[in-house]
Amino acid sequence: MANRLWRFIRRLSGDDAYERYIAHHAAAHPEESPLSRKAFFKQELERKWAGVRRCC
Amino acid sequence: MQGTILSRIGWLLVAVLGAAAVGGVALNRGESINALWFIAAAVCVYALAYRFYSAWIAAKVLMLDETRATPAERLDNGRDFVPTNKWVVFGHHFAAIAGPGPLIGPTLAAQFGYLPGTLWILTGAVLGGCVQDMTILFFSTRRNGRSLGQMARDELGPVGGMAALVGTLMIMVILIAVLGLVVVNAMKHSPWATSTVAATIPIAVLVGLYMRNIRPGRVLEGSLLGLALLLLAVAGGGWIDHNETLRPLFDHEGLTLAWLVIGYGFLAAILPVWLLLAPRDYLSTFMKLGTILLLAIAIVVLRPEIRMPALTPFIDGSGPIFGGTLFPFVFITIACGAVSGFHALISSGTTPKLLANERDIRMIGYGGMVLESFVAIMAMIAATVLDPGVFFAINSPAGVVGKEAAEAVAKISSWGFPVTVEQMETLARQMGETTLFARTGGAPSLAVGMASIFGSAFGQGWLSIWYHFAIMFEAVFILTTLDAGTRVGRFMLQDFLGNFSPRLGRTSWYPSVLLTSGMVVAAWGYFLYIGVIDPQGGVNILWPLFGISNQMLAAIALSVATGILVKSGRLKYAWVTGVPLAWLAIITTTASWEKIMSADVRVGFFAAADSMAAKLASGALPPEKAAVAPQLIFNLHLDAWLTLFFVAVLWLIIFDMLRVCTRHLQGKRVAALSESPHEPSRLVEDWVRD
Repeated sequence: MANRLWRFIRRLSGDDAYERYIAHHAAAHPEESPLSRKAFFKQELERKWAGVRRCC
Repeated sequence: MQGTILSRIGWLLVAVLGAAAVGGVALNRGESINALWFIAAAVCVYALAYRFYSAWIAAKVLMLDETRATPAERLDNGRDFVPTNKWVVFGHHFAAIAGPGPLIGPTLAAQFGYLPGTLWILTGAVLGGCVQDMTILFFSTRRNGRSLGQMARDELGPVGGMAALVGTLMIMVILIAVLGLVVVNAMKHSPWATSTVAATIPIAVLVGLYMRNIRPGRVLEGSLLGLALLLLAVAGGGWIDHNETLRPLFDHEGLTLAWLVIGYGFLAAILPVWLLLAPRDYLSTFMKLGTILLLAIAIVVLRPEIRMPALTPFIDGSGPIFGGTLFPFVFITIACGAVSGFHALISSGTTPKLLANERDIRMIGYGGMVLESFVAIMAMIAATVLDPGVFFAINSPAGVVGKEAAEAVAKISSWGFPVTVEQMETLARQMGETTLFARTGGAPSLAVGMASIFGSAFGQGWLSIWYHFAIMFEAVFILTTLDAGTRVGRFMLQDFLGNFSPRLGRTSWYPSVLLTSGMVVAAWGYFLYIGVIDPQGGVNILWPLFGISNQMLAAIALSVATGILVKSGRLKYAWVTGVPLAWLAIITTTASWEKIMSADVRVGFFAAADSMAAKLASGALPPEKAAVAPQLIFNLHLDAWLTLFFVAVLWLIIFDMLRVCTRHLQGKRVAALSESPHEPSRLVEDWVRD
């Protein structure tokens, strides 16, 4: 139970984004090497904040 | 069978309880009424609407198809298109739609009494706002997550598309200006509030560096660190407030603070997102969710009495916070929390790309707005638990009640809301402020309300800490909206200018970044500046303008939705979005008409400009007011034209929608539905076969 809650919190906050990316990358493009944690995080933030993300 | 009977009895009880609670809230004219009645009324109304109306919309009007693959499934790229657990999507969606709007609007609308605002929040949400969010979320999901502007262009035509784009840019400018004004009014001559808000900037930068360089991507660690520092900053602000050398550094006039906010907005727009904007957003999201939860618990634990009467004499339009009669202005003042057009920008574009299944649309679209509406009800409670005299003393601008404390309390008491100078001084001392008079904008009175609720629920001794915590909480996410809005405005402007010069359209070309950021900041900075120098407080002008623009955006969204419903052969259900659209058109047009044509100087822009010009010409203005009068006169004219523009855009898009619908019904050619073709979902295959 505690474990599931923790996984949910990590998922909700985006704390596990890199792990999910690695899993997706390994499945979808196994021939390419994935981004580093740092580069991925920076790219994600830039993608995320290029649109309307916050409201009034 | 037994289950259905039990469930029917259960829902009947909810309906009876809800009717009793709404009736109790509506018909009570006694001394006071308990806040629990509000909570009961709200929860029952939401539960019934969600259980029955949203289910009916999902099944009959939109015909959600659980077996159809969502864009997240079909286009899964591990980034923006990702099939996601519905509770996670719900959390993201709610965090995105719930900003400072539902906290400020109800607080200002409390000048009419608790009843009009509360009824509008409940009915507006379940029949209007929730429906808008849900239908737009659905239509965007069926269109690969396309944005509202793109849908308007595809479904209605270039006119609709252009209106949506320009409308969004304008509303952004007005929104940021009014939010900036709220923060400035909360920080004015308050070293504690100013230093705490200022501290959030280095804290955000520190968290940004932590998440980017020290422990890349560790969002939770970084946020926890930041939250601890924010709480320290609240306590540290109190220390600075008592320190003779540091105090003057943070004690500023409104105008100085306005310039600082403008400068900050520019910096935030040009700095990399990871450094300031993103970490601030993590902090503000956690802070927002935590505080809302805490407020809900505190209200239920404490069950405070509402002191504000159900209706005040100000329903005749003579209110001190903003001028204008109950109809239409309560519907303009409370946009977020009832119907907010801005939500359509989140419901299209961002959230649809995460939906794992179409059936989640009901909970996320309709349910997300229900929760935001509940936040607005809590804000209404927090504002109305205050003594009405105190509420008006905090929120009435000096230009209306007078600059001196004695003058102000005499005026407010003469309205039938007794308050004394001592009472205000004691309250200010308890909250750790030198004065609470004329802090127009809603944030400080909400903070006093929250502090008294938290104080009674969790210990009286900490009032000043709770007050500044509430101020910091509001400021943190107001500033997030300001950063994010400026940035989005910049992208939209770059996109637009890119049509003329490809180089200007490049988001990474620094001269273009500086130019467009500067343009967006100058636009909202102008309105913020005027709001600060306006002796009437600025909020009375800017908030209705914001309300009108936000309802205009809602009307655009509902027009798109109605158009799609008609074009897809669901004319008999078009009233679901058509009725809220008609209501919005009525209130927005009436409000705009009054703002432009009214002879009352507290309502009509032109009337106010003429009256001020006459006073200026006759030399009746004191020198400090005469100095700013020409700017204010110009601004009043500008506001009138802006209002006219909003209402023109509103009708343009309504007529465009009606044109498309009529052509479709006559069997003439219209733009084809842009829905993406049906593909069976593989994610649900297994359970479908069972």
